[in-house]
Amino acid sequence: MTPEPLERMRQMVRIRRFEERCAELYSQTKIRGFLHLYIGEEAVGVGVMGALTDDDQIVATYREHGHALARGVDAGALMAEMFGRSNGCARGRGGSMHIADVSRRFWGGFAIVGGGLPIAVGLALADKTLGRAGVTACFFGDGATEEGAYHEALNLASLWKLPVLFVCENNQYAMGTALSAHAADTELTHEPRAHGIVAERVDGMDVVAVEQAATRALEAIRRGDGPRFLEFMTYRFRAHSMYDADKYRDKTEIARWKARDPLALYAEYLLAEGLAARADLDAIDAAAMAEVDAAVAFAEQGGLEPIEDLTKDVYTHDVSARGAP
Amino acid sequence: MALPIAAAAPRTSLLQTREALRRAMSEEMRRDPTVFLMGEEVAYYDGAYKVSQGMLHEFGPERVIDTPIAENGFSGLAIGAAMAGLRPIVEFMTWNFSLVAFDQIINNAAKIYQMTAGAYHVPIVFRGPNGAAEALGSQHSMAFESIYAHFPGLKVVSVGTPKDAYGLLKSAIRDNDPVMFMESEMLYGMKGEVPDEEFLIPIGKADLKRDGTDCTLVTWNKQIHTCLAAAEQLEKEGISCQVLDLRTIRPLDEQALFDAVCKTHRMVVVQEGYTFAGVGAEIAARVTEACFDQLDAPILRITNKDLNQPYNPTLEKMVLPSVDRVKDAVKLVCSRGKGA
Ligand SMILES: Cc1ncc(C[n+]2csc(CCOP(=O)(O)OP(=O)(O)O)c2C)c(N)n1
Ligand SMILES: [Mg+2]
Repeated sequence: MTPEPLERMRQMVRIRRFEERCAELYSQTKIRGFLHLYIGEEAVGVGVMGALTDDDQIVATYREHGHALARGVDAGALMAEMFGRSNGCARGRGGSMHIADVSRRFWGGFAIVGGGLPIAVGLALADKTLGRAGVTACFFGDGATEEGAYHEALNLASLWKLPVLFVCENNQYAMGTALSAHAADTELTHEPRAHGIVAERVDGMDVVAVEQAATRALEAIRRGDGPRFLEFMTYRFRAHSMYDADKYRDKTEIARWKARDPLALYAEYLLAEGLAARADLDAIDAAAMAEVDAAVAFAEQGGLEPIEDLTKDVYTHDVSARGAP
Repeated sequence: MALPIAAAAPRTSLLQTREALRRAMSEEMRRDPTVFLMGEEVAYYDGAYKVSQGMLHEFGPERVIDTPIAENGFSGLAIGAAMAGLRPIVEFMTWNFSLVAFDQIINNAAKIYQMTAGAYHVPIVFRGPNGAAEALGSQHSMAFESIYAHFPGLKVVSVGTPKDAYGLLKSAIRDNDPVMFMESEMLYGMKGEVPDEEFLIPIGKADLKRDGTDCTLVTWNKQIHTCLAAAEQLEKEGISCQVLDLRTIRPLDEQALFDAVCKTHRMVVVQEGYTFAGVGAEIAARVTEACFDQLDAPILRITNKDLNQPYNPTLEKMVLPSVDRVKDAVKLVCSRGKGA
């Protein structure tokens, strides 16, 4: 299922442009609430998604626009959701932190840190029990590894040999707290190993390395070896959220990571290997901009869910309408 | 003894709620070396909502402590520390995250004093912003007064002005029982006069924020301001409302509620949090049980609608109490029953 080389670039650029636009739209108050951008971390989401199949499931956090886009959630439906419009993927009920798309088996938007981890293990249990082939890829941050739910989820998945790919996006910070200030052991592969899970640390700025590591891990999981754990070393180029003044990170540290911008690294690789010409990259960029423009236009023309629907979906009224995801 | 010509008015300062909270914590930490603050981002980041700004500088990292994102762990740890002689203040970045620590709060903080026949007490304050801010969706918008007030052993305070925030937080820190202290993101920047001289406000005492004769609005935290605005508008329409700020949910100031209903004979409770088994239901039951003959109309509740908070701005507003919903409820109770 290896995507063609330009596809990885296309996906990363789509995310970058989308997120940049979100930041602008936030200052125009078109997008409200908490907004967490994925800029700088694109290679992780794109590399892992590139190794997954349509049968697999994805669990992500509140920093999930990039994962949603790379998974094929429609950019218009995603943008409309952030506008709070009824043509959004959750009819405007969720917003930026709660993106989901059943058709893509995408369960984004766990906004309570660590909350998605046990859910991922359960999704995997369902697939296994129902004889479906899928693996569940569960994305979470370095900060989530301090929650009790994380440790419980690792043990459960390992004990029952469930098909889960744990994807730790180690961007070095949990909000304003550096990894060394929140973890006694900053080697995040140690804890999964203690639970009997094979774990590997990988360069998260190199989309090919990410994809290869994910492919290897997925092969093992699909063989029935139980869960695997990948720690991707990455960095967010922006603040934690739009509220964050980002005063806790050293300028030289930010510059050092920005020098390894995953988009620039991969573009260089494509050009050096002769896999793409400048014009190809320009065309990718133009297409991404056009897609984002179209997404914004789609969101703008959406209405607000009507007031009569306020009490909808608190309980399942029509059980028969709900098929298997 | 000669009296001064005019008694000097007590000096006050205009403080934001966050500054009033900070002043309360800092004074208590200066006064009692066993008091300390811990929570996510409280130290080096100066607090997610800047309540603890500068406190690390004054008190150092042993007393203003950043925690990992481990609410269950650090809440339990703080309860243990409280049992053994410290007086922790635990900040939840928001009360929504206290759910991760629910077991520790309910099974340990609330129960240890009685389970040990009074051998251990748990002098601890859990505090942070509570209720809906804006556009934060269903996992970040909950109000927890009724949840925590359900459990014997816990005290629940929920404040809506800088002065009350200051006076009640100081009492909470000095209290020997666990106090759940609820603030609001929306009120941290709100300013109000706070006397410069130190004072305490006792836990368990409601406060009349506005006097009136036709109907009592019972409320707390940021809905005080909804009620005051509604009362102002209703006054122009010829209906006089008083606004009773409970300030403490548990122990409930029953006397203040009974006195209010004996005066106005009509009551509306305005709260965030759900209708079902909410604080409003408890108030309605108690007032009805004790003062049935005084009531001219059933007690009504304006609460969050019983559904999860939508992000869509119009639906979000519909879910929450509003000036219009409060006014409609007041008009309804004033149109019903005897003397209407
Ligand atoms: C249980 C809980 N506690 C606190 C928060 C507030 N919060 C949101 S994101 C975050 C930092 C998470 O860091 P990390 O897991 O490293 O993910 P990143 O944001 O870096 O992607 C915190 C503390 C929350 N949402 N849930
Ligand atoms: Mg992180």
